[in-house]
Amino acid sequence: MTGLLVAVLQQTPEGFVPVTGGPQIEQIPAAPLVIASYAFFLLLMVFYLWTIWRRIGKVESEMRTLERRQGEKR
Amino acid sequence: MRPGFVEVALLVLKKDLAIEFKSREIVYTTLFFAVACVMIFSFAFVMEEGVPVEGAAAGILWIAVAFSGTLALGRTFERERYTVTLRALLLAPASRAAVYAGTLLGMILIMAATEVVLTPMVAFFFHAPLFTRPLLLVALLALGTVGFASVGTLFAAMLVRTRTRDVLLPILLYPVTIPVIIAGVRGTAALLQSPPEEPVATLWIGLLTAFDVVFLTLALWTFEPLMTE
Amino acid sequence: MKKLFVPLAVVVAVMFAAAPIAIAMADYESTMLLVQKIFYFHFATWMAMTLAIAVCGLASLVYLFTASKVADWCAVASAELVVIFGLFGLFSGSLWGRKAWGVWWQWDARVTMATMLVLVFLGYLMVRKYGGPGSEKLAAAMGIFGAATSPFVYKSVDWWRTIHPQTTVMKTLGDKWPGAWMLVIFCSVAFLLLTVLLLAARVRLEAMRSRLDELYLAAED
Repeated sequence: MTGLLVAVLQQTPEGFVPVTGGPQIEQIPAAPLVIASYAFFLLLMVFYLWTIWRRIGKVESEMRTLERRQGEKR
Repeated sequence: MRPGFVEVALLVLKKDLAIEFKSREIVYTTLFFAVACVMIFSFAFVMEEGVPVEGAAAGILWIAVAFSGTLALGRTFERERYTVTLRALLLAPASRAAVYAGTLLGMILIMAATEVVLTPMVAFFFHAPLFTRPLLLVALLALGTVGFASVGTLFAAMLVRTRTRDVLLPILLYPVTIPVIIAGVRGTAALLQSPPEEPVATLWIGLLTAFDVVFLTLALWTFEPLMTE
Repeated sequence: MKKLFVPLAVVVAVMFAAAPIAIAMADYESTMLLVQKIFYFHFATWMAMTLAIAVCGLASLVYLFTASKVADWCAVASAELVVIFGLFGLFSGSLWGRKAWGVWWQWDARVTMATMLVLVFLGYLMVRKYGGPGSEKLAAAMGIFGAATSPFVYKSVDWWRTIHPQTTVMKTLGDKWPGAWMLVIFCSVAFLLLTVLLLAARVRLEAMRSRLDELYLAAED
């Protein structure tokens, strides 16, 4: 209990101190920020993987066209 | 007989200085550009009453140094490209790193000449007591110039054959040299306090020294493979 | 090596599925409460970015001195990852800062330097795209210098005290709050493995492009 008190009184940016027990009072304004953060990460990863996928697809189709042309030449 | 490192570097420097003395083109244009920079800043940062914004002097000085330095780099290597002297130098049986060192010395001298005019000008127009600790200020400027010029000379040289070199040089140079600019500005700002914060300035001088050692070593080391086809 | 790709992908997927649940269940931090939870991915993304910077620097060095094609592929792949993880780090930091500091942006040392690193590696990508022939070498120089500056990024917050949490936060977290410490490590490991995975995928793309170039050259004969 004293730990909690000390933590609340500290107010220093020198470290993170957990709040254990006690009511988890929700601060509405923070939630959209947290969710936006993680959602952005997900979107970013999906986007990047999609660009790699697309570029690999292009290279593969070019390879196929090239091999076909090689086959036709012979 | 293969000339030594210092010999080659000094030869390259003499060549650059000789060319420059004849026309003085780069020194004058760089200087004028730096002065124009300071003028523009004075319009931006001086309030209606005619009093300059406090603490702006340090930033203005270093921005003018960075911008005019980039211009000088571009002009110098444009001339090298035009006269094909860089190619010829690299074909010579001399250490590539020595060619780099000589070119770098020339660039440092041009920037130093600009700073000699620029610093009193900024002090004058912005009521900035820059000369209360002249030795520390000179150390900051000298080390900052060496850091900026060492990266700048390398990048400008490697971009010489690139089509988009004029655009790419600032794009590549500024982010890499921001630590130098930050250290220079914060150190100079510390000297502008009353009383001047000497330990803070010394701290940034130490940081600049570390930058210079790292960047110079890297540049000397990578110049050869970068300039070889 | 290829055989490791799918198991690694599975591991990463599982870790990233578990992470949000673990983060949601974690205790609140005393002064920042909910918004501090951004920290777990925010810190992990900087770990991933640091790994990518190290890989890019090393690969660039190897490429410059040995002209190894694989080194070049690794360099460009990791440069892209630096930009991606860096942008996410800046974005998440901005959201966190909006709540914790009251502003979307702050020009403190570490934020500045991190932005600078992203710019350096964006410059890397620009050189490769617009530098014309031989731009791999020029980009390699950027990669080397970018990697060389990053230790200064880490130290800068210690030397320039500002509102960004000091580097002592992570050093003491293990003693003060073991739950968060483990969660941070978990997220960091997840991000590092993700970096390896993405690197592998991206390098594969480069290898395929190189093979395609060879095929084109052979077809001209």
